[in-house]
Amino acid sequence: MSSIKTKSSFGVAQVILFLSIAILVIVVAFPVLLILFNAFWVNDEFNFAGALEIIKEPQTFQALKNSLIIATGTTIGSTIVGTFFAWLVTRTDLPHKTFMKSMFLVPFMLPSFIGALAWKMLLSPNAGFINQFFIQHLGFTGPIFNIYSYIGISTVEVMYLFPFVFIQVCGALERMDPTLEESARISGAGLFTITRKITIPLVMPSILSGALLIMLYSMAHFGTVAVLGIENGIYNIPTLIYERIHQSGGSFDAIRTGTVLATVLVISAAIIIYAQRKILGSGHYQIIGGKSFRPMELKLRGLRMPLMIFCLAYIAFTIVLPTVVIFLVGSLKTYGLAFTFDNLSLDNYKFILFDYKVTRDAIFNSVTLGFTAAIITMFAGVMISYVIVKMKVRGKGILEFLGMLPFSVPGSVIALGVILAWSGQFGINLYNTVWIILVAYIARYMAFSLKANSAALEQVHDSLVEASRACGATMWQSLRDIVLPLVRPGMLAAFFLIFLPSLRELTVSIMLYAPTTRTIGVAIYTLNEDGETVISAALAGIALIIIILGQSVINHFTKKAGV
Amino acid sequence: MDIIRVEGVAKSYGQHQVHKNLTLAIKKGECFTLLGPSGCGKTVLLRLLAGFESPDAGKIYIDDTLVSDVAHRLEIPPENRGLGIVFQDYAVWPHMTVFENVAYPLKIAKRPKEEMREQVMKMIDIVGMHGLDKRLPSELSGGQQQRVALARALVGNPSLMLLDEPLSNLDANLREEMRFEIKELQRKLDITVLYVTHDQEIGLAISDRVAVMNETGEIQQIGTPWEIFEQPVNPFVFHFMGIANSIEVRRENGAYLVGKGQQPVPWKSPEGDTAHWIAGFRPSDVQIARDGEGLRGIVRRANFLGAMMDYLIEIDGAHLRTSIETHRALSENLMFKAGDICTIRFLNLLWFEADKVKEAAQP
Ligand SMILES: Nc1ncnc2c1ncn2[C@@H]1O[C@H](COP(=O)(O)OP(=O)(O)O)[C@@H](O)[C@H]1O
Ligand SMILES: [Mg+2]
Repeated sequence: MSSIKTKSSFGVAQVILFLSIAILVIVVAFPVLLILFNAFWVNDEFNFAGALEIIKEPQTFQALKNSLIIATGTTIGSTIVGTFFAWLVTRTDLPHKTFMKSMFLVPFMLPSFIGALAWKMLLSPNAGFINQFFIQHLGFTGPIFNIYSYIGISTVEVMYLFPFVFIQVCGALERMDPTLEESARISGAGLFTITRKITIPLVMPSILSGALLIMLYSMAHFGTVAVLGIENGIYNIPTLIYERIHQSGGSFDAIRTGTVLATVLVISAAIIIYAQRKILGSGHYQIIGGKSFRPMELKLRGLRMPLMIFCLAYIAFTIVLPTVVIFLVGSLKTYGLAFTFDNLSLDNYKFILFDYKVTRDAIFNSVTLGFTAAIITMFAGVMISYVIVKMKVRGKGILEFLGMLPFSVPGSVIALGVILAWSGQFGINLYNTVWIILVAYIARYMAFSLKANSAALEQVHDSLVEASRACGATMWQSLRDIVLPLVRPGMLAAFFLIFLPSLRELTVSIMLYAPTTRTIGVAIYTLNEDGETVISAALAGIALIIIILGQSVINHFTKKAGV
Repeated sequence: MDIIRVEGVAKSYGQHQVHKNLTLAIKKGECFTLLGPSGCGKTVLLRLLAGFESPDAGKIYIDDTLVSDVAHRLEIPPENRGLGIVFQDYAVWPHMTVFENVAYPLKIAKRPKEEMREQVMKMIDIVGMHGLDKRLPSELSGGQQQRVALARALVGNPSLMLLDEPLSNLDANLREEMRFEIKELQRKLDITVLYVTHDQEIGLAISDRVAVMNETGEIQQIGTPWEIFEQPVNPFVFHFMGIANSIEVRRENGAYLVGKGQQPVPWKSPEGDTAHWIAGFRPSDVQIARDGEGLRGIVRRANFLGAMMDYLIEIDGAHLRTSIETHRALSENLMFKAGDICTIRFLNLLWFEADKVKEAAQP
């Protein structure tokens, strides 16, 4: 009956802590350290000047500038679009607001590189359907819009990234205490003044935090620039890293350039995340409570219909049109044929699902990789979050620090890091196998799992576990009967937050794939590069269907769990 | 027989020493209340008893079994101590129904299904939750959740139940109702209850014995509620036990004079030759009159509070408050206005040395 508690539980706690630290070190910290090491450590000495030299090379410097230009354009555009729509659906009497709100969230689940492919088909300067239509039927002498440009790339990114701002600002506007606005109104201020003096300053932290998120995402974003930029010689940091590594087959110079560029990304990410925490920690939660209020609505009057039509047109143009184009092109016999009934069939879809080995492998790889990564990351995330949130052990500080890392390491950095770590230099060679992609996925999606699981664990008050101990349950029985059931929604959320995005993942797998280890994203991208446009579009269509089905399953589950 | 014995227990968190050398014994079958201000270490003591924390020094016995012994590194885990515990925040499991919550201790003990069902339903009835067994906690009020927590703590027939401020999250009416129900349950089921709270009213209302603890975790006095109320051993207990009133008294040439004036206190003198004293009393121990024997004072403020009249009175620089029922004040000509002269007599006075009173911070 008696047991020496101090001794035995000390052991278990230490083991769990050690395991958690080991996972984060192996999958995240070690690869990132290798990148920094390779960037600055040449011929057995620290060489900062050398790294600067590389940055100053015309091509790398241009890539840095491009990343910044595109990210800035995308951030400004998304912030304006996101804030405007958020205000429309929360604070005005726009018709069908609930429908509009859910439509504005759709781009969240659409992979932006598939969108970029669609826009390439629509607006490439020579062959784009829209440009051709204007030239052939309306007498234009040249393309009306060239998508292969900074503006083109940023515009496409805005279409897929603005929900980051939209969702944050919607949340802030919905939670804002209306008495703040009402009291301003009572003291005689007009609605315009109130919006400018009260509302905007109050939601500013949310706007900024969403904008920073977009900045971070866009700087490290691969897909859109790869599809729309490379043709015109526009590279950003991730595409240049890919180009160098890919072309050189891993030569020393290429790796070094890659690591220096990756270091720039890591530092930018750290700065952006730091700034975001500062802004979110600056106290706006005190003004914006957790309750939902019924906010004051602005009467749009004469603008009501025009604005609704504008919103519908936006949705049709940015969501429906590209999706339709993907499915239509995917049904064509050959790219370039007209969209007549004779030229359309389901043959391509049949072909990629049943006959074509490349695409069948890709679908199989993505599904198994996504599933495995989601399962492993989900359990690892529960364990690590449990230590961080619930356990009182010495040495937890290290884990808390390591736990922040996954949030600030962009995908292309992770890919480069795992190449450095798992290509045989340290005794294990996973290069050209699916395992290296799996390791990279675990690192890339650990942040999602930590976030979902620690949020769930924080809801489980310590006294719930103590109550079960007092009822006679052992530590393990309490974990099984109390903790696990209560964090199950968090685990489920983590699983889907990983499984779905991994199905359409491109940034990481494009750097790591071998001929037999293509993922869906890689297959779509490479088929398109090889000129197999219709097959590529058909696969993209299948990917969209899988993603939409998956999302519906999530929605079903989360509704049931009442999350 | 003692069901709990705490011997020389010490516990600190970092630099902060919560308990130094705590010794306490609780008898089988009694309802024992540990009373002390917030932050004095009541919860820590309960957690030590339950086994959620280990002491830095000392021994703890429950039912004559040694459950914590620092010297021999013995520490019986919470699940083997056989206690019922009710937490301040209820700690009812949100994913289980009322039935499942209450049944959990029996499920862990692997009791047969039929017996379990019978016992759980009986316990749900006893705490007044009949017919609500299929509800989830989210469909219950705070008071009902607290009843579930009580039923869960009691269903395994523990010989000892620990309650940590179980009523402090309830509103005033419910609190009053629940405290008598807890007392009823304790009597009906014949168990020992250790109840910790900072609310002296609850403590006095339901306990057989009370221990008063000060801010630094030292037990000041143990006794029946009546003893503690009537004969507090020191100013801390006195202050803690109620809305206490006091006047300063100084000793001059063997006489005990009130405030800065020359009127002697009409009560037997304290023992000891300290110069400055505090005379403590409850508002109900003050008698006010127009004239006659007693201390002469001036009414400084008269407040009409409906059923009561509340007076602030000054006696040569010392202030005290007293109240009297309005109808009595009317019938006995005791309606004073500010500035009126009155006389004051005491039914009871307790003497404390002024220096020590200052040391004991106000609770
Ligand atoms: N786990 C802990 N870590 C550090 N300090 C603690 C811990 N638990 C309690 N304390 C400190 O011990 C003191 C007593 O706390 P507690 O027993 O909760 O008081 P109360 O009498 O109000 O229940 C407080 O000062 C508190 O800050
Ligand atoms: Mg407490």
